[in-house]
Amino acid sequence: MLLAIDWDIIFTQIFSQAFGTQAMVFALAAIGLNIHYGYTGLLNFGQVGFMAAGAYGVGMSVLWLDIGFWAGLLVGILYCLGLALILGIPTLRLRADYLAITTIAASETIRLFVRWRGNRERTGAAEGINDFADPFFELRDDLGILQRSGSVPYEFLGVFEYRADDLWVMLVGWSVVGLCLLLTWQLMRSPWGRVLKAIREDEDAARALGKNAYAYKLQALALGGVVGGLAGMLQAIDKQSVQPDTYNPVITFMIWTVLIIGGAARVWSPVVGAMIFWGLISGLEALMRELIDSSLDDVLAQFLNLDVQNVSQVRFMVFGLVLMLLMRYRPQGIFGSREEMALDDR
Amino acid sequence: MRPWAIGLDLRTGVGRPAQAAVPAPFAGASETGVAGASTLVGVTIDRYGAPIRERTRYGESARLRGLAKLAAALASLAIVLLGTAVTASAQDGEQAIIGQLRVEDDSGERVPVEGVTIVVDGQGEAVTDADGQWSVPVEAAGTYTVTLDAATLPDGVVLRDADRSSLEVLVEAGQDKRALFGLVSGTAEEAAAAAADDGSGISGRRVAQLSVEGLKQGLYLAMAAIGLSLIFGTTGLVNFAHAELVTWGQLSTFLFNYYGLAGFIGFLAPLPGPFGDGVNLVFAAVFGMLSGALLGYALDRGLFRGMRRNGISLIAQMVITIGLSILLRYLFLYNFGGNPRFFRDYSAQTALSIGPVEITPKDLIAMIISVVVLLLVGALLQLTRIGKAMRAVADNRDLAESSGIDVQRVISVVWIAGGALAALGGVFFGLDQIKWDFGFRILLLIFASVTLGGLGTAYGALVGAVVVGLVINLSTLFIDAELKNMVALLVLVLILLFRPQGILGRPERIG
Repeated sequence: MLLAIDWDIIFTQIFSQAFGTQAMVFALAAIGLNIHYGYTGLLNFGQVGFMAAGAYGVGMSVLWLDIGFWAGLLVGILYCLGLALILGIPTLRLRADYLAITTIAASETIRLFVRWRGNRERTGAAEGINDFADPFFELRDDLGILQRSGSVPYEFLGVFEYRADDLWVMLVGWSVVGLCLLLTWQLMRSPWGRVLKAIREDEDAARALGKNAYAYKLQALALGGVVGGLAGMLQAIDKQSVQPDTYNPVITFMIWTVLIIGGAARVWSPVVGAMIFWGLISGLEALMRELIDSSLDDVLAQFLNLDVQNVSQVRFMVFGLVLMLLMRYRPQGIFGSREEMALDDR
Repeated sequence: MRPWAIGLDLRTGVGRPAQAAVPAPFAGASETGVAGASTLVGVTIDRYGAPIRERTRYGESARLRGLAKLAAALASLAIVLLGTAVTASAQDGEQAIIGQLRVEDDSGERVPVEGVTIVVDGQGEAVTDADGQWSVPVEAAGTYTVTLDAATLPDGVVLRDADRSSLEVLVEAGQDKRALFGLVSGTAEEAAAAAADDGSGISGRRVAQLSVEGLKQGLYLAMAAIGLSLIFGTTGLVNFAHAELVTWGQLSTFLFNYYGLAGFIGFLAPLPGPFGDGVNLVFAAVFGMLSGALLGYALDRGLFRGMRRNGISLIAQMVITIGLSILLRYLFLYNFGGNPRFFRDYSAQTALSIGPVEITPKDLIAMIISVVVLLLVGALLQLTRIGKAMRAVADNRDLAESSGIDVQRVISVVWIAGGALAALGGVFFGLDQIKWDFGFRILLLIFASVTLGGLGTAYGALVGAVVVGLVINLSTLFIDAELKNMVALLVLVLILLFRPQGILGRPERIG
């Protein structure tokens, strides 16, 4: 073969990542965003802020409030509800782009605030909070499952390869994803969900029918925010750390891309979107790394300036481009209907 | 919308049969927003209220043409950026903690301090060279303690703050981090006395200094913000990629400053300046503005004009600007590297003392230029034909179009002017430091400015930017400087609660 590319590595990357913890976290965050954007038409550009709220709720409970990990999960949810109120009350009466601007600004502000050195005792400032999730992994030990050490990964079907810790997080995480899917599915076919869709389609008409659109939008913002917060908690548990710079606004738009790949306002689309997104992105990066390792490295370095250092930047470029092209040519994604998502500004 | 506009609310078309022609002159307040879908009489709308005339008029070939144009625009952008990579080759893989030790001598000149030992815990040490430069490579991202060995300082030079001989420095992967040690001439006692005098309380001197800083930041912000506001005014689009136009101005000016035109067009390198060699910052800034204008124009023609014609919703366009922003930002990082950089000229200047405030000459000149430029923009908007056309389009696009104004041309001009102004703002901000994600860092401030002033109004952006600049800088009188950008969010939320149309906005529908 001309190029010595190890396709095994690439396929293992694609499949492992498509079902891995990252895909799980993004699927969950996108389920929350789906409630915001897909069903209610809210332009939440700060979903990462809700993830941060959830994660810091847990982390700060351990580090600062000292009430333990399990109570911290509740605190995380409370933080998300609080954030939804702070964001929603001033902006939900206004046109969509104001919510967009405020949410992106708020998510960035949360990041700046938690990394402020004055918060060192509460949030750990720039270093964040580490090793707070031991009770979560002790639970696994109590159950006596997935006991292999980290250096011996579990492998199955030839293309999946996970560490025991990841597998445990995935087991719990994908179950949460399943529950949230069920919840969204049931809620969106309930009268409550139909009001949300009515608000998305025509807020004035919904108001004319006597529905308090503002209250419904606030409820949707809070619900989707809590789901996003759960995603943040699971991500923090998986990494065993909460760090301010994880919660970069770019993450929000990865979640958007995930949602739009699948198609907004469809129950399953966040999961499918997350799998496709992470599968492709990881596969692309693995392929580029293989190419850099191959005999092509000189060519790549010389003409494209591509090397091991900047290969991960390419994936951001690709993802930005994918977001643009999707929104331009297929805003309904895989499953969505174009008419349903032909939202105009409101 | 004005009541005399021929308007109809397309959104109430939900549930109506498709193809309904709705003749509704004087139907009153249309709620479709500034750029609202076309409000011409007789527009056909589909079941969901989206006008479908565009879809039928422009067939598959137009779509392909649009695709080709998009591809061409992106390809040309990529070529330009990759071209810059050849000459700039700005990739540095490893990370290090770097710095330069200098001290002001009696004549007020900053001279390098040589032979001082600086230790990075667990990583090694360095001794400053003849330029006062030092650099200690570190293995990985993380927080390191950097200590200046005060015993190695030459006689008559001491730390400004004796307690700050050790610094905690957070290094990010692949990026050099600057560690700053403040040095002063004199003895330790004098330095301690000066530090106590400086204080952080509220003094008239400090208020004056912060006001000047705030005004400076506000003026630069205004230039970055006006384009965003005008683009919103004329098209209804909130352009999240506007911050990248600011960065683009910085980076292209940097390249012109160092490499001349060859920075962009590689084969010019062997020629003499301004082609092959770097040009003075003043000329480089002019080139930078031109390239900002060019990028603004390219984005409008290559991307947004086609989308407007095809009736892509504003929300979809807004998400597209986000994709664009991410694409551009990481292209910048890819080609430019993550390290902060500085212009070749005027990078180290001594501050002038004017009354109670200190300001470097370059910032003073930049502020004066900003004022002049902003006045020119005002005059342009107020007095010239194109300026009037811009205001007309921003006021009521359909009426402007029916009065014979070439709306697409006006929008192009707005993008060109917005791009050039953003680039100049970027250059002025870049007098301190140039970085691949600079624009994104001030995006929050830009949004706060335009919202405060009134989204869509040029003068509002100006007023809003100056207010935001002053407020966040003066806020450091009371709170930690690290938190000052958070004040911008507070301003944003308060204005949305109490006067959502902004200071200069008209109280029309925004809810």
